[in-house]
Amino acid sequence: MTTSLKLKDLSKKEMLLAPGHRMCQGCGAAIVVKMVLLAIDKPVVACSPTGCLEVTTCISDYTAWKIPWIHSAFENAAATMAGVETMYRALKKRGKISQDISFVVFAGDGGTYDIGLQSLSGAMERGHDMLYICYDNGAYMNTGTQRSGATPFGASTTTSPAGSSVPGKMQHRKDITRIMAAHNIPYVAQASPSHHLDLMRKIQKAMSISGPKFINILSPCHRGWRSKSDDAIALSRLAVNTCYWPLFEMDNGKTQLTHTPKEKLPLKDFLRPQGRFAHLFRPENEWIIEQSQTQIDADWNAMIGAGAGASGVIEE
Amino acid sequence: MKTKLINQSNCRPVITEPGNSALLKTGTWRTLEPVLNKEHCINCLLCWLYCPDMSVIVRDGKVEGFDMDYCKGCGICALECHGKKGEKAILMRKEEKE
Amino acid sequence: MKKMTAVTGNEALAEALRQINPDVCAAYPITPQTDMMQRFSDFVADGLVDTELMLVESEHSAMSACIGASAGGGRVATATSGPGLALMWEMLYVASGMRCPIVMPVINRALSAPLNIHCDHSDAMGARDSGWIQLWSENAQEAYDNLIMAFRIAEHADIRLPVMVCMDGFIISHSLGVMEFLADDVVRKFVGDFTPQDALLDIGRPVSYGPLIVTDQYHEYKKAQNDIMSSVFDVAADVATAFENISGRHYGLFETYKLEDAEIGIVVLNSAAGTCKDMIDEAREDGVKIGLLKPRLFRPFPYGPIGDALEHLKVICVLDRSDSFGAFAPLFSEIAASLYPRANRPFLINRIYGLGGRDFMPEHVASVINEMIEITGHKTTVLPKKYISLRQ
Ligand code: SF4
Ligand code: SF4
Repeated sequence: MTTSLKLKDLSKKEMLLAPGHRMCQGCGAAIVVKMVLLAIDKPVVACSPTGCLEVTTCISDYTAWKIPWIHSAFENAAATMAGVETMYRALKKRGKISQDISFVVFAGDGGTYDIGLQSLSGAMERGHDMLYICYDNGAYMNTGTQRSGATPFGASTTTSPAGSSVPGKMQHRKDITRIMAAHNIPYVAQASPSHHLDLMRKIQKAMSISGPKFINILSPCHRGWRSKSDDAIALSRLAVNTCYWPLFEMDNGKTQLTHTPKEKLPLKDFLRPQGRFAHLFRPENEWIIEQSQTQIDADWNAMIGAGAGASGVIEE
Repeated sequence: MKTKLINQSNCRPVITEPGNSALLKTGTWRTLEPVLNKEHCINCLLCWLYCPDMSVIVRDGKVEGFDMDYCKGCGICALECHGKKGEKAILMRKEEKE
Repeated sequence: MKKMTAVTGNEALAEALRQINPDVCAAYPITPQTDMMQRFSDFVADGLVDTELMLVESEHSAMSACIGASAGGGRVATATSGPGLALMWEMLYVASGMRCPIVMPVINRALSAPLNIHCDHSDAMGARDSGWIQLWSENAQEAYDNLIMAFRIAEHADIRLPVMVCMDGFIISHSLGVMEFLADDVVRKFVGDFTPQDALLDIGRPVSYGPLIVTDQYHEYKKAQNDIMSSVFDVAADVATAFENISGRHYGLFETYKLEDAEIGIVVLNSAAGTCKDMIDEAREDGVKIGLLKPRLFRPFPYGPIGDALEHLKVICVLDRSDSFGAFAPLFSEIAASLYPRANRPFLINRIYGLGGRDFMPEHVASVINEMIEITGHKTTVLPKKYISLRQ
């Protein structure tokens, strides 16, 4: 039996991430971790690479984790977790462990798209039974908002600042979910905390499948996005409703949208509240917004054209 | 918070008290505080779900208030609250510090 | 009757791992370690061990996986060489800092550039400050014995630190040598069951591994690691005694050869000690009072006992199979540090040999012996650091 996702029922569950963690006020990643742990109903061991979540949840002598949790370095969360999972299989085989245990990685985009990609790819290829969650805030936030392979086109970061001759990051985001899907793993999905039922349902589905699973979850960071401390959910909702962050899953290779916005909003609505995109609203940079919009429309139409239209729209 | 003195016998990178971060009261970070008006609350529990700091207190499916030991005053609960008939049940206000 | 077998060094180490049957092995192929892990893979394929073998996509991931597996709460081994060890470098410090008793044969190989697959000690010397215990081995027998002892040392309740067992690439790993294996049950009994500490997989007692530690604790943490390392001497000696009881083979923290009455001496690691001993025998026949010291435990380094063993000498040549460019080589620096506090300080020279697999021949030992004899006679000024067997 999987846990009911009714909030009234969930509110009775023990929260496995304790308060007192040092995430910034209003941090999207904390909300993501909370939702994921609420949706899981099996004993679980977690791993995080070096990053915001890691340094804020486990500072000697205090931990916010109520489940077994390990951090070893930045570029190797998947390999570290793979080692734990392999030891689990070894000890189970030898009769030293009897319980069923699941394994979840919570990694940022830097540790996933960039420095951790090789380790992630290897672990997915070897088929370790783990759910790898990327909380994607689109830059190296822990070190002060440097651009990453996940930073959106045009965004101003501390290493791709909007200047007088270069208007922010001039490269597009890496398509990490499709890279993961190309590993032919059984389950790949994209989710957003604004659509919590969709997110938690995906977690439960992933947990029911053995083998490697990957879910990319948008994780607003108002410090790096230069927005407000209260808008993590509002911005992630706009990301979904502008189709900047479509909600979909790839179940054994078949792509399925899990949510279609009632009204597809212009990308500008997502960009405007964020200081990292402020420069794009100057006349000389408007081509960047246009190009981004064209790209988003093309991707969205391609997804619908490929028959990925939402099957059951989940009311949030 | 005073941390333990490391020596040969406890030199292990392991914390054995799960969730003991609860000893760290992040409420001191707050400048704004959420205020609940139960009359407008429909107990949708979205504020409870979205709070990054586990600071919305729910009992028997009903919002009781906020855990001011940890609430960082981000305002997500207030922004996301639909309330009743367009009247929000949570509003943020400047905190009076003694 | 002892049963002697002719095997390569890699075969001997694979055999030890088969006998020990660790819970998890994670490895990545690299010359000259490859053929050892291939042999171990055969054992897995044929069901001779039930180790979970992880064939990962890099050495960095191999060590990361070993750390995860070790924290999980079981016995873990891996093996590597040269650039593979270099790629692990970051994670070596994590393994020791996290108190993971991982055991790792290092089949010594040179580091790039230029690319070279042959033996020298640059790899393990580069990792000497990583908090790993290092055992060095002259031949397949010593490597096999060290590997078995390594598990007992690493997993000792007071130690819980990772151990490297160093053995010369190709010279030992791929050459046949005669040695004696212990029986499977004897090895298993000697190594014993693994005792987990703070196992991550103990779901009923959740622990968090790998916190951020800031300036109020880091400094003391590192001192504590140093203190733990200092207790390795006694543990390694005790384990060696226990090992002597099952094997009849004696191991100290270092080996001395004809050193007691010697006036000049050679200090050298690993396989080159064999050639040196042969030449010492010849020189002794000519009346030269010469001996040898071969460190076995390089980390932690037994400065006191080594100083005691060497201080009566007049001249010592420290032979290094690795270098520190623009500085003295690593072994020399340790020997100098062992002797500096002494009232009588032998005259020390540092000779670099055998980089990237350059042959180390009897005539090279002879030239070193001659040089030491000259220094004893005339107290000539010589270059303290020189390269031997250079092509002219
Ligand atoms: S979000 Fe508002 S209406 Fe919903 S439970 Fe919280 S306070 Fe009540
Ligand atoms: S203001 Fe932020 S931290 Fe405080 S209760 Fe509301 S959501 Fe939680």
